[in-house]
Amino acid sequence: MAENERTIRVAALTRVEGEGGLYVRLRGNAVEEVRLEIYEPPRLFEALLRGRSLDDTIDIVARICGICPVAYQMSAAHALERALDIEVTGEIRTLRRLLYCGEWIESHALHVHLLHAPDFLGYDSGLSMAADYREEVQRGLRLKKLGNALLDILGGRAIHPVNVAVGGFYRWPRREELAALVHDFAEGLEAAMATTRWVAGFEFPDFHAAYDLIALVHPDEYPMNAGQITSSDGMHIEAAEFEREFQERQVPHSTALYCDRRSTGRPYLVGPLARVGLNLDKLSPAAQGLAGELGISWPSSNPYHSIVARGLELVHAFDEALDILRGEYPQQPSRVPWRPRSGVGSAATEAPRGLLYHRYEIDAAGYVTAAKIVPPTSQNQAQIEADLRALVSQLDLTDEDRLAARCESLVRSYDPCISCSTHFLKLRVERT
Amino acid sequence: MIRGEVDNPCLKLAVFKFASCDGCQLSLLAVEDQLLELAERVDVAYFLEATSHQLPGPYDVALVEGSITTPDDAARIREVRRVSRVLVTIGACATAGGIQALRNWADSDEYVRSIYATPQFVSTLTTSTAIADHVLVDFELRGCPINKLQLIEVLRALLAGRKPRTPAHSVCLDCKRQGTVCVMVARGVPCLGPVTQAGCGAICPYFDRGCYGCYGPASQPNLVSLTAEFQRGGVSRDAIVQSLRTFNANAAEFRAEGDRLAGQPIDKDTLAT
Repeated sequence: MAENERTIRVAALTRVEGEGGLYVRLRGNAVEEVRLEIYEPPRLFEALLRGRSLDDTIDIVARICGICPVAYQMSAAHALERALDIEVTGEIRTLRRLLYCGEWIESHALHVHLLHAPDFLGYDSGLSMAADYREEVQRGLRLKKLGNALLDILGGRAIHPVNVAVGGFYRWPRREELAALVHDFAEGLEAAMATTRWVAGFEFPDFHAAYDLIALVHPDEYPMNAGQITSSDGMHIEAAEFEREFQERQVPHSTALYCDRRSTGRPYLVGPLARVGLNLDKLSPAAQGLAGELGISWPSSNPYHSIVARGLELVHAFDEALDILRGEYPQQPSRVPWRPRSGVGSAATEAPRGLLYHRYEIDAAGYVTAAKIVPPTSQNQAQIEADLRALVSQLDLTDEDRLAARCESLVRSYDPCISCSTHFLKLRVERT
Repeated sequence: MIRGEVDNPCLKLAVFKFASCDGCQLSLLAVEDQLLELAERVDVAYFLEATSHQLPGPYDVALVEGSITTPDDAARIREVRRVSRVLVTIGACATAGGIQALRNWADSDEYVRSIYATPQFVSTLTTSTAIADHVLVDFELRGCPINKLQLIEVLRALLAGRKPRTPAHSVCLDCKRQGTVCVMVARGVPCLGPVTQAGCGAICPYFDRGCYGCYGPASQPNLVSLTAEFQRGGVSRDAIVQSLRTFNANAAEFRAEGDRLAGQPIDKDTLAT
C-alpha cells in the first residue's frame, strides 16, 4: 500500500436486504476509491427462465426477492402481456394497483421503522429501539401487518403470492374479504400520517447531491404499473425504449454491473425520492396535504429525506387502497384469455425501491426464450458510490468508526436490495 | 429430532444467509404480533438484515437460509455448523437447493456466460445444493417461503426443549379440512397437492389453481401414480417434468420422478442423494 494510503471497510452491511460490504480507500485526506461490494452468490435467473412457460415465469421471478416479489410479478406480467399483445381489463388493472399498495406498505413500513429510523435515533436495530420508542415500533409493525394482510387476501401470502397470472389473477378476491379491511385501513392511514410526521422531524445530515431523478410518470395516477419512464431533465420514453437509453456496463474495479444513461453518461436515482420528486402532484389528497406541511421542499436533493418520501408513499398507498376497497367490485372474469404467440415484450413498474425493468422474448408455443431483468438497486449503485465519495470528502477522516457508520447509514437511505441485484452481479469470492 | 438441548432461558440466536431471496429470514420480521415478545426471550446475536448488533459465536440456535452455490459458501457453512449448537434450515433453498438448483440440470458455465460479460470473474459451483448435503442439520423447516407461524413454533419448541410440531402430511388433507373443492377432481387442473408437504395453508387450490409443490415432497409421496394421472389428463411429459423442477427441483423424490420422466438423470457426481 502506498504511503499515506489507508482503507476503511464495512465488511457486512446491516439492516439492508441481502449481503454486501463497503470499501473506501484514502490517500491522505483525498478519497481514492469508494466501492459498494457485493458478495452474494449469483442465482442466474435470466438463464434459468429460458424454456419456462409464461405462468411459471411469474412464479419464478417472485423468488428473486422475498421483500418485493409483487414488483417482479408485476413487471413480468406486463412484459409478457405486451409480448402476447393483450390488454387487461380496467378491473384487473385496479386490483393490481391494490396488490402493489400492499407490497409498498409492507416494504416501506419495514424499512422506515425497523431498518432506517434506528440510524437517526442512535440504535442498532428496531428491536433495541423499541425499548425507548415502543409506540412507534409497534405502530410500524401494525402498518406492516396491514400490508401483509392485504397481500394475503389478494395473493394468498405476503411473500411469493400465488394469485398473479399472465392476463390477470387466478381468482377474484371475495367482496367480504376486502370489505373486512376497510376499518383497519382507515386506522392505518392515520397511523401512516403519524409515522410520516414523526420521521420528518428527525435531524437530517446536511448533505445534498444534484440528482438526475428517474421514475415512471402517468398523466392520471401516482406511478405503479404504468407510465412513461421520465427524468428530471425532461426525458420521456416508453419501457420498450429502455435499453436504448440505459446501458449496463462492467467496471474493472467493481464487483457489479452498473447502469448509466447513454445520453448523459451519468449515474441517476430511482426509488421513493425520485418518485415523489417527479410525481408530487399525483400523490393522494392525504399524502399531498401532508407533504405541504413537513417543511421539506420536493424534489429533495437530500438522500436522507428518502425516509420521509417512503412515509408519504405509505400514506398514499393507504389512501389509494382505501379508495379501492370502498369502491364497487363487479365480479367478472379474473383473467383475460390469451393464446401463445411469438413476440417480445418489455415493461417497467415501480418496485418499492424504484424502477424495475423486464424484457422477455417468447416463442410460438408459449415459452420464454430470453429474459432480461434490471432491478432498481443495480440502477442506483453508481449513484450510491458517487454519494459516498462526496460524503467521505466532507467528513472527519480521523474517526474511522464514525466514518464507516455514516457511510453505512447513507447506503441504507437507498434501501438497497442486494438479493434482487445479485442475479446479475459479478461475484466477489473474497470475504473480509 | 432436535439434537443439542437448549437450556438457556434466553436463546442466543443467529441468522445466516446463503444463496436465497431473503424471504424466509424476512418471515422472522413478519411475525408482527409476536416479534417484540420473542425479542425478550431470544437474544438476537447475529442477524444482519435486522440489526447492526453482532455477537460472536457460539450460538444456541442458527437459522440458515439459502443454498450452497460457491466454494466459499461451502466452507462458510462448515464454520456456521462449528459455532452453532442447533442448526435449523429454513426454506426450500436451504432444504433442497432452491430454484437456483435448476443449474444442476444445465450447463452452468453456459448459464454464467449468458449473463456475465466477463464470465471468468464469476466463481460459482456447477450445482446448488441443500445445507444438509454439506453439514449435519438438526431440523429442516420447509417451504418457499416458510410459514412464519411454523417458524414461531420451531422457536417456541427450542425454548421449551421439545420437538417442533410441523406436519408431514400432504396438502390434500388441508384442502379437505378447509373445505376447498379439489381442483383436479372438479376441473382437471394438474395439482401437486397429493405429493406435497402441507404447511402453506393449501393456498393454491383455494385460489383456483393447482399446487406447485413449493413445500417439497410429503412423506412417502406416490409420484409415479400422480404423474400417470396427469398424463391421462393430457398433460405433456415435458410439462410434468417442468412442474417438478421448480423450487424443490433437487428434493430427492421430485428429482427422481422428474429424471425418470425426462430420461435424463443428473450427471453431476457432486450432488448428494
